[in-house]
Amino acid sequence: MIKGKFIDNLPKVYGIYTGGFIGFIILMAIAEQMGMTAKAIGISFVVFTIAIYAIIGWLSRTLQMDAYYVAGRQVPTVFNGMATAADWMSGASFVAMAGGIYFKGYGYMALLVGWTGGYILVSTLLAPYLRKFGCYTVPDFVGTRYGGNAARLSAVLVLTVASFTYVTAQINATGTIASVALDIPFKIAVYVGLASILLCSMLGGMRAVTWTQVAQYIVLIIAYLLPVFWISSKMGAGFFPHLMLGDEVARIAELESQFGFVKNSAADLATVPKGLAGITKAHSSVNGTNWGFISLAICMMAGTASLPHVMMRYFTTPSVKSARRSVAWSLLFIFILYSTAPMLATLSKLSLIDPTLSTGIIGKSIADVQAIDWYQNWNQANLMFVSDFNGNGTLELNEFFMGGKAVVLATPEIAGLPYVISGLVAAGGMAAAMSTADGLVLAIANALSHDLYYKIIDPKAEAAKRLIVARVLLVLIGFAGATIAAMGIQGILGSVIWAFDFAMSGLFFPLVLGVWWKRANGPGAVAGMLLGLAAGTWYLIWVRTGGAGFWGITQLTFGIVGALVSLVSMVVVSLATKAPNQATQDMIDELRIPSGKTILGKQH
Amino acid sequence: MSNKAKHWEKTRGLLFITLAIWFVFSIGIFFFGTEMEASSFRPFGYPLSYYMTCQGSLLAFVILNFWFAGRQEKIDEEFGFTEREDS
Repeated sequence: MIKGKFIDNLPKVYGIYTGGFIGFIILMAIAEQMGMTAKAIGISFVVFTIAIYAIIGWLSRTLQMDAYYVAGRQVPTVFNGMATAADWMSGASFVAMAGGIYFKGYGYMALLVGWTGGYILVSTLLAPYLRKFGCYTVPDFVGTRYGGNAARLSAVLVLTVASFTYVTAQINATGTIASVALDIPFKIAVYVGLASILLCSMLGGMRAVTWTQVAQYIVLIIAYLLPVFWISSKMGAGFFPHLMLGDEVARIAELESQFGFVKNSAADLATVPKGLAGITKAHSSVNGTNWGFISLAICMMAGTASLPHVMMRYFTTPSVKSARRSVAWSLLFIFILYSTAPMLATLSKLSLIDPTLSTGIIGKSIADVQAIDWYQNWNQANLMFVSDFNGNGTLELNEFFMGGKAVVLATPEIAGLPYVISGLVAAGGMAAAMSTADGLVLAIANALSHDLYYKIIDPKAEAAKRLIVARVLLVLIGFAGATIAAMGIQGILGSVIWAFDFAMSGLFFPLVLGVWWKRANGPGAVAGMLLGLAAGTWYLIWVRTGGAGFWGITQLTFGIVGALVSLVSMVVVSLATKAPNQATQDMIDELRIPSGKTILGKQH
Repeated sequence: MSNKAKHWEKTRGLLFITLAIWFVFSIGIFFFGTEMEASSFRPFGYPLSYYMTCQGSLLAFVILNFWFAGRQEKIDEEFGFTEREDS
């Protein structure tokens, strides 16, 4: 089949694909000139890209165990970097992050530092060693290193809690975009999103997810960068925004002090639709405590190193060396998008609030603003709102409200870019959310099918049966996620941050010490995972129900409590119980060098 | 000391250096948010604190990660623990 040849021809295949995608964008641009409606363009973009992912998913179908679980361990370094970047950058990164920066400024950008700095931990502490181990899943490592079903089960538990929290947010994001782009109700759109996610992963497991993720990275990075560069040149801010927006950032600070941050009364705020926010914090100046910033960054970094769907990507490389290099490439591909997000937030904010720009709305009369086309569209979508609180007929900074998602989704339209760009952005957001959801659903289903079903419940199960169980679980977990997402309990960003805290609470120290501390043993690891998860969860519930909290740790950084409890209990229990036996010690020695056979066999 | 132990000692040394640099860029400098903001050093015209959060530290991590991979490969080579190409 295409396999051997396919791997050799990757640059060519994805080169043609990228060219084809750019051709499609140009085709749509021409169609727009010829009078294609905005709605039809949006639908074409989303349907066309999903169809491609589905085709890749179909072509990558497999009945082989190691292809299903670890893509046959032959994904080349750079392509694995791209796939990881897509796996990593979720709907939250794509759709919500620039919005968060737009509203909360400096304090919020701790997420950028955390979500990139974490890759240093991945690369130095874990990924190469877990690759040498040769496991299929993260609990596979925990179960073998610490020995016994208790450790394996605890790892499956933490993994499921963290990844499931994360995946509902991603299905929520696919639903949001699908409902806007295809113009269908959110509750149905969620299931449309789910169907597309399953199309990519069900038949081919990790192999299919890998090759769709590479395709999704290409779509999402074009969709994110193109509008930012375009708007920047159009505004005259510079053709390379990353290096040239110094004046624009200063201009925003100047406007902020000119307008001032007027506080709205509670009665006025009550009239603003739910989920929308105004600009209340400084854009670039330090606007919170140092500890607030640092604690959030720490949680995101440790969480990065503990989230199984990311770690799992490094199991697919051909060697330990390429796993290590692949982490560096992943980070480079992630950096390209993350360094662009603050630039988008800056351009978006300036085009809205600068009265000297033609797109600026602050200082215009309320009636004029309400007559603008894009205002009406996004107001209808419940993402924008103005209200004349002080009754002077003019729009003030504190009288303009927007949803976080609108920063990415609406800015091209506000800046006067053709609609084809908005369609492209919708396709990009869909790609980002789908790729992460794929990785997460697969991580959970693989842990349950490999570690719970095969290793614990039915160790004699045959390959064919194991793969059927894996697929059934995949569908079940997807549906459970979609059902919860359809209820719309939580926002996208909040639950993503929680997922990091959960993962960090239960898995960070058991994984790291498993490689770096020979004395760590089974009972210690079980105590670390369970008590860590329990402590983190308890703190979250306590703070959510009105508890005061301590050390300035909030509901977004509860992982610090969980991880500390996990570390202490793991060390104490390990030292109080027997040291690991000689076989385990030898296994750790073997784990620490790149050469030689993997610890677990090719098929296990 | 066995070859393996020496290899691990060097690997651990590299880990500490890498994590020290990581600490500076991810945590250390952000204890000085206001000081960085007041600094007259403004890369590309951005306030230093703003520049570091949205680009500077991120770029440092990218470079650090590639540098680390290269160094670790050298250590593996030195002690003969490099994987064979066909494995």
